[in-house]
Amino acid sequence: MRYLPLTEADRQSMLSAINVQSVEDLFRDVPKAARLDGPIGGLPNHMGELEVERLLGGMAARNLAAGTVPSFLGAGSYRHHVPATVDHLVQRGEFLTAYTPYQPEVSQGTLQVLFEFQTQVALLTGMEVANASMYDGATACAEAVMMANRVTRRKKAVLSGGLHPHYRDVTTTDARFIGFEAVTMPAAPKGGEDLLALVDGDTSCVVVQNPDVFGHVRDYSELAKACQAKGALLIVVVTEAVSLGLLTPPGEMGADIVAAEGQSLGNALNFGGPYVGLFAVKDKYVRQMPGRLCGQTVDADGRRGFVLTLSTREQHIRREKATSNICTNSGLCALAFSIHLSLLGEEGLARLAQINHAKAVQLADRLSAVPGVEILNDGFFNEFTVKLPKPAAEVVEALARRRILGGVPASRLFPGELEDLLLVAATETNTESDMDAFAKALSEVLA
Amino acid sequence: MSMNSQGRPSSIPAAGPDQVTGTYTGNRGLQIEEPLIFEQDSAGRSGVDLPDAPAVKSRLGAVKPRARIGLPGLSEPQVVRHYTRLSQKNYAIDSGFYPLGSCTMKHNPRLNEKMARLPGFADVHPLQPVSTVQGALELMDELARWLKTLTGMAAVTLAPAAGAHGEMCGIMAIRAAHEAKGDKARTKILVPESAHGTNPATAAACGYSVEAIPATADGRVDLEALKAKLGPDVAGLMLTNPNTCGLFERDIITIAEAVHAAGAYFYCDGANFNAIVGRVRPADLGIDVMHINLHKTFSTPHGGGGPGSGPVVFADSLAPYIPVPYVVHGTDGLALVEHAGEGPAFGRMKAFHGQMGMFVRALSYMLSHGADGLWQASGDAVLNANYVMARLQDVMTASFDGPCMHECLFDDRFLKGTGVSTLDFAKAMIDEGFHPMTMYFPLVVHGALLIEPTETESKASLDQFIDTMRSLAERARSGDAEYFQGAPRLTPRRRLDETAAARKPVLRWTPPAPTEALAAE
Repeated sequence: MRYLPLTEADRQSMLSAINVQSVEDLFRDVPKAARLDGPIGGLPNHMGELEVERLLGGMAARNLAAGTVPSFLGAGSYRHHVPATVDHLVQRGEFLTAYTPYQPEVSQGTLQVLFEFQTQVALLTGMEVANASMYDGATACAEAVMMANRVTRRKKAVLSGGLHPHYRDVTTTDARFIGFEAVTMPAAPKGGEDLLALVDGDTSCVVVQNPDVFGHVRDYSELAKACQAKGALLIVVVTEAVSLGLLTPPGEMGADIVAAEGQSLGNALNFGGPYVGLFAVKDKYVRQMPGRLCGQTVDADGRRGFVLTLSTREQHIRREKATSNICTNSGLCALAFSIHLSLLGEEGLARLAQINHAKAVQLADRLSAVPGVEILNDGFFNEFTVKLPKPAAEVVEALARRRILGGVPASRLFPGELEDLLLVAATETNTESDMDAFAKALSEVLA
Repeated sequence: MSMNSQGRPSSIPAAGPDQVTGTYTGNRGLQIEEPLIFEQDSAGRSGVDLPDAPAVKSRLGAVKPRARIGLPGLSEPQVVRHYTRLSQKNYAIDSGFYPLGSCTMKHNPRLNEKMARLPGFADVHPLQPVSTVQGALELMDELARWLKTLTGMAAVTLAPAAGAHGEMCGIMAIRAAHEAKGDKARTKILVPESAHGTNPATAAACGYSVEAIPATADGRVDLEALKAKLGPDVAGLMLTNPNTCGLFERDIITIAEAVHAAGAYFYCDGANFNAIVGRVRPADLGIDVMHINLHKTFSTPHGGGGPGSGPVVFADSLAPYIPVPYVVHGTDGLALVEHAGEGPAFGRMKAFHGQMGMFVRALSYMLSHGADGLWQASGDAVLNANYVMARLQDVMTASFDGPCMHECLFDDRFLKGTGVSTLDFAKAMIDEGFHPMTMYFPLVVHGALLIEPTETESKASLDQFIDTMRSLAERARSGDAEYFQGAPRLTPRRRLDETAAARKPVLRWTPPAPTEALAAE
């Protein structure tokens, strides 16, 4: 019990200071029927550090770490190289073990990081202002729709068939319980759909993704104008933040809200979490934005400093009238994102994005040379959709047996549909020999 | 204020009697002025060495490559120094006592961090074939077993990303259960006055109207007022136990019976589970659904505000109504149910499977403690809080009689007539080297001061804290209000103007206007 500093002598002297006989006396308000009389049954007793390492290490060893084999998985979670500096700095106890910066005088470190993060996200998305992060991209997407409902006082959202199905499902779950309508378009594996036809006087927003879940990249400038002409907002979702280093940003296309996943910068795959949601809006919507915000101010001596601000929108002040029920953010993941982006800088991010795109082009060339394989995309960033002559889930299993993680079967995201489609991503971590091995294994599996 | 070329103040403004003057950089010893990352930009510099992109023909379709983004360029050592310096401006549990009530700032073991970084957990993609992630599913299954055993509950979802997200999940399950029974008349959720602000926000977000239940003079839910409000229009009750006054709801079993008799469900905000973990099983209290903040009870680090993780446990009554995904035992090992419609689950709350990195940390903590260690930990948490209360009771005013649970609550009567506000008092604690307690919460007490020591504080650190609080209380009573009003004096920034920040929000850095353009005008 190495984490517990009290000695038996301490406990005795503290009990006498309180003037009770035993610790159990302090639990006397708990109904007797519900009080256990000793350590709970069914669980082991405490373990030393070495024992815990062995036990958890054993579980970890039963997973195939993506970095140990050629890996081409994407669909909303991307394996990028994270510089050693990022994790080192994130683990500084002053960042890792601090709480929400409620006392700004002793939290200027966290607060300045959040202010810089907000600036980086605004620049990256091409938007005017960003918040200090959300849980993940999917919950940010749902919050964006709810914000659009508040702004427009309308209650119907139109979701593109190119939106990641998990983002769609999180949004429709909220729609069911929170009471708005979410019109979802069928999957659009070849891209292209007439979203505008669904926009009417009750439509609060149209949600598109760029690049979309099938990898298609598109310019949404015309859609943005058309939506706004009908009084609806355009929400652009981004699941691969590195793409913002190369593609026209959503803000330049006229997006009203951007909801994005920031995992690609600074954060490991982590089997799906924790990740970091990015949320950016036009200036005029700031007070309708959910989540935490850091603002610049001055201290008693007139020096620049930072505080959490506009909390009047939040649950602890407005309670049942709050903008959202979100309480925490993804502070530490936002810090990792921010450090990685600071290291990359303008030149580094642009180059990283170019490398990602070029690797994907190389991979597409190799895979399209495999007999029976067709690539559906005209344009893509670092991910594209492959049509196979066999069910993709079977192909992926066969590839895994050859120790290659060869993409995500579309049917994993769209159950019962699109069984012959495979979503494939390449990043800077993929070598030429990885790609050769993938193409060779694929042609063997398909033969 | 004028700035030098590095964005630092070229002279220190007069700040107080202890201020030395005449430095050029703005830095004093270890008191460092760190400019924004954007103010350290040199075009073309990067802290990452990347190869040239392979020469290929671009396939971006109709999308144009973007122009300049506006990010600053820095080298790796500059970035290391920037974030290291910023970290030094933070108070953290690693550096000192952090008695922030209701937030549970306990020691964050580094073993948890080491385990979460094993490549078998950190470098695993959420959509890998399930045959390649059996260990990850095993970890989720084992964590679920611990949570079910500790709470006595039938089912658990690991999906919610934070405590408030877990509340949302629980209320959605309650709503789904009523809908399944065709009961549409239940439009209200009852929430005690002492609840966390997220409780009413959650209920309202899920389409319910919220009715407050008053507290009794002894800081607990008014049972008669509650019974009077229960009826066929009530969907559920959201109660925090131990409650935010630091007290155990003595009548909780009666409350549960009354709620169930009215056909409603009993949601418990489990944010304070650390007070009773391993000693009391919430299922035995009659609770139907409860979230658990892994970061509080099971020590996953708060990280300056997150990420959290908020698994939700369900009694039999609500077990069918959980979100996807969840782990099941299949014929070929463990499997994941990922889509609603494959079972009775109600939908999805988050991309992928939950905060896996937090699950590893929490299980690492659970294994390190074990059943015997958790018994001791909740006992020590309660002992520490009662010790602080007992030793401060004669100088500060405890709000309620009797033992408290893992946190103790004082009100500001002891400051009456001194000219010192609760906020002033808290700021003076900073100069003494302590993070302040939670202030002005819970709202049921005037000028609340909520102190939570947790089980990882030694008696020596508690004694030091108690002595400091006693001497500050005496100083306030002695008429030295000015000392408190001027605090803190020893921090990187003195009192910050929060009103100005909200009135004209500045939420990002913007580049200064180019000087050439100004000169040309």
